[in-house]
Amino acid sequence: MVDVCIIGAGVAGCSVARELSKYSLRTVVVEKAPDVCEGTSKANSGIVHAGFDAEPGSLKAKLNVAGNAKMEELSKELDFSFRRNGSMVICKDEAGVATLERLLERGNVNGVPGMSIITGDEARKLEPNLSSGVVAALLVPTGGIVCPFELTIALAENANVNGVEFMFDNEVTEVSNEGDHYRVETDKQTIEAKVVINAAGVYADKIHRMVSQEPMNITARRGEYCLYDKQCGQMVDHTIFQLPNAFGKGVLVTPTVHGNLLIGPTADDIPDKEATNTTAEGMNRAREKAAESVEHMPANRLMITSFSGLRAHEDGDDFIIGEPDDAENFIDVAGIESPGLSCAPVIGEFVAEMVLPAFGNPKQKENFIGKRTGIPHVSQLSEEEREALIKENSAYSVIVCRCEMITEGEILDAIHRPLGAKTMDGIKRRTRAGMGRCQAGFCTPRTMELISRELGIPMEHILKSGRRSHVL
Amino acid sequence: METREMTCINCPLGCLLTVTKDNGKVTVTGNTCPRGEDYGIKEMTDPRRTVTSTVRVKNGSAVKVPVKTKTDIPKDKIFEVMDVIRKAEVKPPVHIGDIIVDDIAGTGVPLVATKDVE
Amino acid sequence: MYCRETDVVIIGGGPAGLAAALAVKAAGVESVLILERDTQLGGILNQCIHNGFGLHTFKEELTGPEYAARFIKRVLDEKIEYMLETMVVDLKSDRTVVAMNRKEGLFSIKAGAVVLAMGCRERPRGALGIPGFRPAGIFTAGTAQRFVNVEGIMPGSEVVILGSGDIGLIMARRMTLEGAHVKLVAELMPYSGGLKRNIAQCLNDYNIPLKLSHTVVDIKGKERVEGVTIAEVDERLKPIPGTEEFYPCDTLLLSCGLIPENELSGSAGVALSPVTGGAVVDNTLETSIPGVFACGNVLHVHDLVDYVSEEAENAGRGAAEYVKGQKAGIVPEDDTVMEMKAGKGVRYTVPAKIRPATVKKDVLVRFRVDNNYKDVSIGVFYDGRLERSVKKRTVAPGEMEELRIRKEELDKYPEVKEITIGFVE
Repeated sequence: MVDVCIIGAGVAGCSVARELSKYSLRTVVVEKAPDVCEGTSKANSGIVHAGFDAEPGSLKAKLNVAGNAKMEELSKELDFSFRRNGSMVICKDEAGVATLERLLERGNVNGVPGMSIITGDEARKLEPNLSSGVVAALLVPTGGIVCPFELTIALAENANVNGVEFMFDNEVTEVSNEGDHYRVETDKQTIEAKVVINAAGVYADKIHRMVSQEPMNITARRGEYCLYDKQCGQMVDHTIFQLPNAFGKGVLVTPTVHGNLLIGPTADDIPDKEATNTTAEGMNRAREKAAESVEHMPANRLMITSFSGLRAHEDGDDFIIGEPDDAENFIDVAGIESPGLSCAPVIGEFVAEMVLPAFGNPKQKENFIGKRTGIPHVSQLSEEEREALIKENSAYSVIVCRCEMITEGEILDAIHRPLGAKTMDGIKRRTRAGMGRCQAGFCTPRTMELISRELGIPMEHILKSGRRSHVL
Repeated sequence: METREMTCINCPLGCLLTVTKDNGKVTVTGNTCPRGEDYGIKEMTDPRRTVTSTVRVKNGSAVKVPVKTKTDIPKDKIFEVMDVIRKAEVKPPVHIGDIIVDDIAGTGVPLVATKDVE
Repeated sequence: MYCRETDVVIIGGGPAGLAAALAVKAAGVESVLILERDTQLGGILNQCIHNGFGLHTFKEELTGPEYAARFIKRVLDEKIEYMLETMVVDLKSDRTVVAMNRKEGLFSIKAGAVVLAMGCRERPRGALGIPGFRPAGIFTAGTAQRFVNVEGIMPGSEVVILGSGDIGLIMARRMTLEGAHVKLVAELMPYSGGLKRNIAQCLNDYNIPLKLSHTVVDIKGKERVEGVTIAEVDERLKPIPGTEEFYPCDTLLLSCGLIPENELSGSAGVALSPVTGGAVVDNTLETSIPGVFACGNVLHVHDLVDYVSEEAENAGRGAAEYVKGQKAGIVPEDDTVMEMKAGKGVRYTVPAKIRPATVKKDVLVRFRVDNNYKDVSIGVFYDGRLERSVKKRTVAPGEMEELRIRKEELDKYPEVKEITIGFVE
């Protein structure tokens, strides 16, 4: 019997896992994929929203503003990439200014600091590539950008270091209420847990229905993105939003925390919760919308990849975090769509407050290690730092991914760290090897050789990510 | 009578040749130079190709050594040659020009290494 | 940080780097160093095990490794210094090269001259904007070539190839010989970018269909490729609705163009051509940064390695002359520069500038046309005035063309600002 079983190793599940790892509880995370961050958490805008957008009083509003405020501190504690680049909501006609004013007012109610409305010319002074048609903009200094993989992996690793067990390749098939505990069946094993946390992303409604009659319905709302070469990364510095619409915050144009240019997402409700494919129409739509925000969109040939992510949109349009009335000690963390990533620093605490009473509100354990040091980003070090690192381990002098200049040392770190990478995507998300402009054409064979050598996996058995995703 | 169309590969012009074989006599049309005629006749009567592939190396500095048939072999023997290549194995060291298989698949042509492997 | 000085540093030990190094040495400069990131010299030729190399250089047909071996042997005979498994991480405009390897760690080299010979890379799926899922089983043709020829592992068994570049055609044959079923080669353009010979001997010999004006419009399979949808495209290269056909397969190979790998050149501030993706060079193959030269596929993508070697010799000579000139303190008196322009029907020329004072014999100009043409006349124009022309029965974007700018013409028109190569109307 474990104390807590968390279903889903996305950013929400990992945030809860990390928070609970501060206490002497036996916590396990079950995940159907072979790694953390394999669902919605891996394919999103990577934006740390300021929090002006959500309905005042909603959970989204409350957790977003608090999460934003804590992101920087957390990024230092857990060593992941974060930058407070500021955001801008633009409008292109006078009628839109009223919407900006409403957003400003809403932001003030939600407690977003430092916002102001500026003129089109002022906006273009800050962002020279902004569309000439912009008449006004809401300037939001607290907006930021984060690497969603690093954030999720950091939370998970730190939870694991502090005793949380992760069970990958375990797909939950049944959850049953056994009175004083729950039985969680996966396709591999059975876990008995006093408390269950449902952080199953687009499938959270399915898990919820296994134990509760209360209505919950999650729709996969697909967003398609185009990612551009780093040579386009200077196009904008702020994250540029358009006026929000019924489907969300619309198509944005933003630098990524690693210096690429990202545009998207579209928003389309789709029936298939596995349909993470892109479409020609969707990519075109994203590009056309982005071209309304900025002048001189980069040429299509400067795109390095496109991807799509599925938002877990709940019918009630807010996060559902809490216990259904008919399932004590079963806590939903559901409907975590945007601004879910921004809320990651506080979702854990928020959920822990609901979990801990079941265990008599224990004190934090003394041997909790809150600080994590990530994989060194060798290419970003100064020459002196790099030399020192190479002196320690010459593997940091061997480049495996030539585009992002990722060394063998970093890949070995990714493999051998807690919750180390076993798949090609696992290496990619931990190190960025293969995320550059050649999109792994060069480093794939080399990375595979390292995985094969270090983990004793024959080349033919190495996976991209899922169980049937054999590279060769 | 047999008629085939083929693209001449002698130069970038890529003439479209029509090659006809009638009672052992081969005629070529569509060519713009004598090399095109030679190519057409050869392709119709005795097409040959050099086969390049790799052979497994036992405990060497590389897992495979590239090889080629030392001269061209009849085109219809390509897959028989490949069957022999797939089963072959060499021990290092291997040097460029070393014979890996004499008379591969009855063609009378040896298979030779095209790279050094220590 | 360990620091050393070398007269000529050559970045890249493939065919371009090897030929450049030999030319530097032949021109009498002893201090030359090749930096190679792989575990062996020879570059991409090591995985190009097919034959057809060397017809121009050696008058015989060699395989890639054999062609490389001949240059490597000469480099060893000449005792030219080289470092393997050494990655150049930075190139500065003062020709300081920062590199690293296991033995030296991070080190820098003050170079008298630098020859850029880093080659090119393949255009990935992302840049092609192919929609669909992103499963395992999508490879650029060159990556697949490495798996098959170097690692000895087949990347798949049911194969569709997008793009009819030479590597794609070569891989269609290679995978067929190894037992795979290559169902189709689809080419977006109405003509193939590959050599005729490869279409005949890699596709026709094995009855592999080539569908021109077709592209991949969808990729099915969440984990591993399960199939691709191919559609015909119109004149604007847009897919035509209703022409979609689904091909079940486990592997998609991409052979859709090569891109000069100029990251380092960019960091040094070398001016690049938007057309070739390579450096803008003069007739000595010197880039916009004095003492930095470029050759081979990092300068512009070639069809034949023989031309790479020839071009690299020119760059090596240029680098050697530069070093010797600097040492002797020679300042060129005549710094006239003539611009080379691509005229009608021509996409680009290499070189893009001519400095008449440095021309000893003729200047070999290589260029590509922008479409397939028959019976054209290609002219050399001095400040817009036609000097002479040559007739061509056929020209194609996939086959590089060449012309010579004659020294006597340069002498005849010392005031000319612009030399254009283009079709005569």
